[in-house]
Amino acid sequence: MTATIEQKPEAPSITSNVRGYAERVRGGDMGALPAVLGLIVLCTVFAIMRPSFFTAGNFANLFTQGAAVTVIAMGLVFVLLLGEIDLSAGFASGVCAAVLAILLAEQGQPWYVAALAAIAVGTVIGVVLGTLVAKLGIPSFVVTLAAFLGFQGLVLVLVEGGTNISVRDETILAISNNNLSPVLSWGMLAIGVGGYAAIQLLRARKRSRRNLASDPISLIAVRVGALAALGGLAVYVLNLERSRNAALVSLKGVPVVVPIIIVLLVVWTFVLRRTAFGRHLYAVGGNAEAARRAGINVDRMKISAFVICSSMAAVGGIIAASRASSVDPNTGGSNVLLYAVGAAVIGGTSLFGGKGRVLDAVLGGAVVAVIENGMGLMGYGSDVKFIVTGSVLLLAASVDALSRKRAAATGLR
Amino acid sequence: MTPVLELRGIDKSFGPVQVLHDVALTVRAGEVTALVGDNGAGKSTLVKCVGGIHPIDSGEYLFEGKPVHVHSPREAAALGIEIVYQDLALCDNLDIVQNMFLGRENKRGLVLDEDTMEEMAARTLASLSVKTVKSIRQHVSSLSGGQRQTVAIAKAVLWNSKVVILDEPTAALGVAQTAQVLELVRRLADQGLAVVLISHNMNDVFAVSDRIAALYLGRMAAQVKTSDVTHSQVVELITSGRSGDLGLTNGVPA
Repeated sequence: MTATIEQKPEAPSITSNVRGYAERVRGGDMGALPAVLGLIVLCTVFAIMRPSFFTAGNFANLFTQGAAVTVIAMGLVFVLLLGEIDLSAGFASGVCAAVLAILLAEQGQPWYVAALAAIAVGTVIGVVLGTLVAKLGIPSFVVTLAAFLGFQGLVLVLVEGGTNISVRDETILAISNNNLSPVLSWGMLAIGVGGYAAIQLLRARKRSRRNLASDPISLIAVRVGALAALGGLAVYVLNLERSRNAALVSLKGVPVVVPIIIVLLVVWTFVLRRTAFGRHLYAVGGNAEAARRAGINVDRMKISAFVICSSMAAVGGIIAASRASSVDPNTGGSNVLLYAVGAAVIGGTSLFGGKGRVLDAVLGGAVVAVIENGMGLMGYGSDVKFIVTGSVLLLAASVDALSRKRAAATGLR
Repeated sequence: MTPVLELRGIDKSFGPVQVLHDVALTVRAGEVTALVGDNGAGKSTLVKCVGGIHPIDSGEYLFEGKPVHVHSPREAAALGIEIVYQDLALCDNLDIVQNMFLGRENKRGLVLDEDTMEEMAARTLASLSVKTVKSIRQHVSSLSGGQRQTVAIAKAVLWNSKVVILDEPTAALGVAQTAQVLELVRRLADQGLAVVLISHNMNDVFAVSDRIAALYLGRMAAQVKTSDVTHSQVVELITSGRSGDLGLTNGVPA
């Protein structure tokens, strides 16, 4: 036996936590490290090349630009966790956006009916895809590739050939175009940081009372401090006046999509980390046979992952429709899906299943948004953007595959 | 004392192939019963019948003296019978506690009760005198073969099980790890569990078992006390179904 023999686990401290993290990274479990490093490098490069990158106006743009892709990527994480893929998520979001637009513009339905209907359509799509994969056993790659083509046609049918349907509902438009008031922005930050600190402290206290290894207060302080500092900086910048002509129209505050993304992030992270459902998703992704023997209904887990993915794609479609103020045959098309898969993988979700977090989608979504935005500022056209984003996706997938190899070599997998 | 598990006259066929003929097996609490036999002798089938994966065609299945019918792994688990398969069925991407409770998580409302699960897992591992894992929150992927086996066994005994069946637990292990697992097997029996150990390795069998049950071509050749037989007698029972007065005469138990 090579393992150390210890009666009690050593009391965790900041140093032991840092050491543990360094060990994991060296062993191939990089987590969010590539995405965070990538963000820093990209932001530095773009800021030097184009000073306008680091303006409050552009910073706010990043959020609205990346929101739809990020939300779709959040859903994709669930499918990727099982080692499956959903290539149709992009056009599924287009179909759902078209349903939203038709209900709003042609049927005159209120926004909540239209939005719920769009999400319901996403859910139905997920049930169909998931059933085909789980029950019939068709590889998800093929099922969703077929759906990718099918939905592309369906969007054309829904928007009646090349026309586009404009979205004029104020609530839907507000999602991507309005901002919280500066006071509300600070309030949101306070609630977020306070809630995070409270949860961390309560958990540590509960665990130490039961004599279980708990995070040291110093580490919690560092985490909460970092969140408060980063969040504070972001809110401060977003609360600056962004309008070119402030007398005419004032433009400041946190974009409405930000709290939406944060709520989705918190809810899905809770589902994955704190519920039996989430635990079983990881188990199926890690070892489906072991999960089956443990009495987990593997088929049902697969179907629910596709349902979550397609429903989140519907939410992404609503956000996209809001941003464009319209739905056309290209909504959810072209690069949306690749960006979303790229976002999840760049963030550290494995294409091999069993490893991933919802936070990955947000970090990766930020990287994708920064690339798209920065390249736009540099004046590059679609050609260069496609090539660069494709290369980044390939790079992220290589990091994933290499870290897996490395993990196998160090016995971590 | 009534045996925990007693099988009498078990027959099992898959289509035209009869795999088990009139098999009897007695498993007692506090003892390690080694189940030996050559490849294809029916060891795995017998174990799967006990575990409820295959239904038996005919014969009696007595648990703690009472006849029972076991139709699914869940029913076997409900009785207190746990099987640790050779391929362990652990999820590499989950930690030790998560693996031990997989599919049977403790919950408070919707939320997983991690703290209680961690305490129970730690208590079980401590009761098995497992001290070799650094943290019970480490991923199974970072464990050695012996440690994985230990986790799989701990997972089986966590549920107050009465019978633990181990399918070749030492097949893939090195010398030191084999010794460690065998020690654990012995400790389980000493704690009052009934342990069935499937093994090809005579050294292992003689090291830990109290009784040996030898299967030969789907028939129970003999079930004997380990102290009453020699190495070579067991090998003869495995290879020819008979050894001196022991074993089958013309294919029928003596």
